[in-house]
Amino acid sequence: MQPGTLSSFLKRGAIWAFIAAELVFFTVAGEFLSVSEKTFMDIDNMLLLFKQSAPIGIIAMGMTIIMVNGNIDLSVGAIYAISAIVLLDSLTWPVFAGLGDGVIPVAWGLALLSGVALGALNGLIVWKTGVDAFIVTLGSMLGYRGLVFMYNGEQPTSHLNWTLVDFAEAQWLGLHTSTWFLLGVTAAIWFLMNRTVHGRNAYAIGNNRSAAVNAGIRVGPHMMINFMIIGFLAALSAVVFYSESGSVNPNDGELYELWVITAVVLGGTKLTGGAGSIVSTFGGVLAIQLLRKGLTHIGADTETVNLVIGLILIAVLFLDRQLNVKGKEELKV
Amino acid sequence: MTAPTKEQVGGFLARQGIIVAFVLFMIGFSMANARFIDPDNIMGVIRSSAILGVMALGVTFVVISGNLDLSVGSMMSFSTIVVLDLHDKIGPTLAIPAMFALTLGLGAFIGFLVGYLKLNSLIVTLGMLSAIHGLTLTWSGGKNMDIADKEGTWFKVFGQGDALGIPVPILLFVLLAALLGIALAKTPFGRKVYAVGGNATAATFSGIRRARVVFICYLISAFCVATAGLIQASRSLGSQNTVGQGLELEVLAAVILGGASLLGGSGTIFKTVIGVLILGFIQNGLLLVGLQFYVQFVVTWVIIILAVWLDIAAKRGKLWSPIA
Amino acid sequence: MSDRTPALRLEGIVKTFPGVRALDGVSFDVMPGEVHALMGENGAGKSTLMKVLGGIYQPDEGRIFVGEVPAVMTSPLEAKAKGIVFIHQELSLAEELSVAENIYLGELPRKRFGLVDWARLEQQTNAILAKLRVGFDAKTRVGDLSIANQQMVEIARALTVEAKAVIFDEPTASLTDAEKVVLFDVIAGLQAQGVGIIYISHRMEEIFKITDRISVLRDGSYRGTVKTAETDEESVTQLMIGRKLDLSRNEIHHALGDVALEVRGLSCADLYTDVSFEVRRGEVLGFYGLVGAGRTEIAETLFGLRDPSAGQILLDGRDTVIRSPAAAIALGISLVPEDRKGQGLVLGMNCRDNMTLPQVDDLRAGPFVAEGAEVAIFDQYRDRLDIRTPGWKQLAGNLSGGNQQKIVIGKWLSMHPNVLIVDEPTRGIDVGSKSEIHNLIRELAAQGYAVIVISSEMPEILHVSDRIVAMYSGRIMRTFTAEEVTEDKLIQAISGLTPENVA
Repeated sequence: MQPGTLSSFLKRGAIWAFIAAELVFFTVAGEFLSVSEKTFMDIDNMLLLFKQSAPIGIIAMGMTIIMVNGNIDLSVGAIYAISAIVLLDSLTWPVFAGLGDGVIPVAWGLALLSGVALGALNGLIVWKTGVDAFIVTLGSMLGYRGLVFMYNGEQPTSHLNWTLVDFAEAQWLGLHTSTWFLLGVTAAIWFLMNRTVHGRNAYAIGNNRSAAVNAGIRVGPHMMINFMIIGFLAALSAVVFYSESGSVNPNDGELYELWVITAVVLGGTKLTGGAGSIVSTFGGVLAIQLLRKGLTHIGADTETVNLVIGLILIAVLFLDRQLNVKGKEELKV
Repeated sequence: MTAPTKEQVGGFLARQGIIVAFVLFMIGFSMANARFIDPDNIMGVIRSSAILGVMALGVTFVVISGNLDLSVGSMMSFSTIVVLDLHDKIGPTLAIPAMFALTLGLGAFIGFLVGYLKLNSLIVTLGMLSAIHGLTLTWSGGKNMDIADKEGTWFKVFGQGDALGIPVPILLFVLLAALLGIALAKTPFGRKVYAVGGNATAATFSGIRRARVVFICYLISAFCVATAGLIQASRSLGSQNTVGQGLELEVLAAVILGGASLLGGSGTIFKTVIGVLILGFIQNGLLLVGLQFYVQFVVTWVIIILAVWLDIAAKRGKLWSPIA
Repeated sequence: MSDRTPALRLEGIVKTFPGVRALDGVSFDVMPGEVHALMGENGAGKSTLMKVLGGIYQPDEGRIFVGEVPAVMTSPLEAKAKGIVFIHQELSLAEELSVAENIYLGELPRKRFGLVDWARLEQQTNAILAKLRVGFDAKTRVGDLSIANQQMVEIARALTVEAKAVIFDEPTASLTDAEKVVLFDVIAGLQAQGVGIIYISHRMEEIFKITDRISVLRDGSYRGTVKTAETDEESVTQLMIGRKLDLSRNEIHHALGDVALEVRGLSCADLYTDVSFEVRRGEVLGFYGLVGAGRTEIAETLFGLRDPSAGQILLDGRDTVIRSPAAAIALGISLVPEDRKGQGLVLGMNCRDNMTLPQVDDLRAGPFVAEGAEVAIFDQYRDRLDIRTPGWKQLAGNLSGGNQQKIVIGKWLSMHPNVLIVDEPTRGIDVGSKSEIHNLIRELAAQGYAVIVISSEMPEILHVSDRIVAMYSGRIMRTFTAEEVTEDKLIQAISGLTPENVA
């Protein structure tokens, strides 16, 4: 076997093995400890799992592209909140009053557009100023959150549109609307990353930026497009979720960036960029949600989830490093 | 000497720009509202910045050593909850050292992972943010924590007391800033922190034990967090589990605003204090001119981007990045 | 051949940097279908010349012609578009991507809507790979390939364009013999297509096997072109070395002291094997060999940066285990590393702090750093080493290469080491500072230091060493005394020619 094959095989398969282990563990442990009567591997329970994975999962697909490209985006939670407010608020704007339910696609469009615009602003700043994406999006995480508050003060923004709620609560072929969105986004982003020139160039840039630059790949536009994509997906996630819930607090979406990054890193995407797979990110998203549900299922307090996920994230990082250690490594950083 | 060139002016602004901006900012707000430079107001701002400020001192060490600490907010919640809980169980005299020991233990764990195991500090502290949050919830059972006898305890002195006519939180902040400022600028350890952050390889080639330096930086950060938790607990004498949530990023913002590079090797305690004060005074100034507290988020965003941008623009000698 | 237009022609190329004339009127040409060797010692100007050809540097004077057309290149991309293609020594590949994607990096064939045309990509790639006769296919992930195969990918890149001239920079450094045969076939194939080839290498054997003409650079100036068939190794060596004014042979002095350091049968993984030598106080021991011969790795082991897999290190006769640089420093071993900016200095720190970094724990007044003592040390070594800087507050990154190197040397001299190891003491340093540093090394030996010098520059190693260890591929081929060593013996020893014949 060529060097590196084993470790990359392990890494690609690891997240699914982990999910399988979770399923087995919670099923067995559930038999002895369960506080509920239902079995863990219940169909409804699993369908719910997909549905609950959607908000984080949809954004995680965007974060995978961003991180493969060698950047990071901490502002997704704030973009999520802004888009939610735009969605719910624009449904009530008098200008659209004559549209009836025709307002729905308009409101969706506006919400998604604001996500794209905020993402584009991040991308533009990273590109044109050369400031690190971590700092740029750390700043806009604060700034965008400020915009959320400026929009409607500390009050929640609420509006229930029953057509929208029906749509969001619908099930098709047994799967919820938001599950379909998650699957659709996963497929679309997989296609983007694996089949388009843009996706392949994003890998090249994250993998070896100077080689990419020397080969004439324009780094800036690619980064900018990726920030627009993650902005779009953060907005889409909000649109799907708030169509159903109908009420957004100005603090909603806080810490989403942390959950999303955790899912992406669990899925094996390298922090330094260049490596990462959409399918594994999907696995990472499921693994986290499974862990949350499973721990509740066996009667563990919800608070334990945070503890376990945090430690698992660190353990994954440790294992990854051990697998990549070179024999004749030097004693330096 | 000839007149200063554009480059020299740019270089000066890059080095001292944050102080220049701070002074201009203070003058501007003072003219807009005279109450702004009222000594009571200034004291009030520093007092309310003390918790953030104390945490920023420790994070400055971590950032100069070339690492990040995103776990400080969650760790501060932990310290606050633990000391409040133990206050009624074993009394404040024992609760405080116990809380410090536990918090330092967390810091040591992170320092071990980042220093000795050489794991990426962003992900480690991200994981610890979540893990410590879980730990806090487990400790408290998810409930708010309150001290039974809020009037009678001497414990409230750290958050509410005065000494020599100065509020104790400010005193703690100033003392710690002076102590850590001197440690960073004047001791062999401080020198090693800069060396490790500036070029870890060259530091290793000079016989500096990188792992140990990083480890101690995380201990210092944890100590500062414990102090911040103490002030917070003592000020409110009761707390939610999420009291420190989101502070990690505000702290980082203050440190970056102070001019520390996320790449490591640069920054000072003094400038971090300036960064903290800028954030505090922005908040205060905006409130005084009648704007809501959240406007400061937007202003902070603009200031952070501008500060870092101008800094790197001065270093590369071009305003716009060379990215194609 | 000579009546045709050259594939690539350089005319009086001059490139100066502050204080250095890196290229001083270099002119030569490469005919279509010719393999043209470019030789010269490290620092002779080869890499600067390549950067000029690759569009990374602009020449101050002179012109470049591709065919009959004058060519001005401002970027690597433009150079490639004009038909000048590089096979770099350092790989520039994206490891996570497939072979095909790397070969067509930045030029992936497209279908509509920005989709990658995988079928065409694979077909084109396989056509190129077939020419190279490699054992992997278009879809293989580059990170899963051996270094040699990665180099083949790099070569395959050159075959995607209508190349007029292909430049190979030390292409065989990491190849096995079998892989070399394939490489030479590829070069022959390019030749047959009428491509002009510039072949940069230190390996005489290869040069004489595959090249048609040899051009030699020395100290940035062009020293002539000879037909390979009409010359021999000795004459080429003569051209490369020339008569250097300031670099006489070392005059041996015999005031040697005790053995300060002895190494017995030291091995480290597959980096070097069974290495034994000793250094006495008052002696300069030179290590000469090609890049990758294992010299630096030995130094790193002595400095506690690598754990040896076998063998002994004896300091003043005592068996010693050195686990970290801190331990090495405590034992009186100092290393001036080869990568000055990456390993030697914290560029964002001032000169004084850099110089006292290893002893900052010892320079104390109470709990604080004794800055007065630091300044005193800095002043002392600034004067002794003639470091030119406006003052100690100057950031190390703002100094010239020579002054930076003196800071690093000062850093270790102020530690008063028992054994001083200097790796590539004058890499990237102007001529004036070079001889100062050479004199300094001699002086240190005279003062009783045991000094190990590692260098890839023959005049330097001959100038400073009392004895010279010649290494090839992780092994010591032979140790010469200054009396017996000659330039050709040394070149032969480090080229892997059988040591028996040399002796």
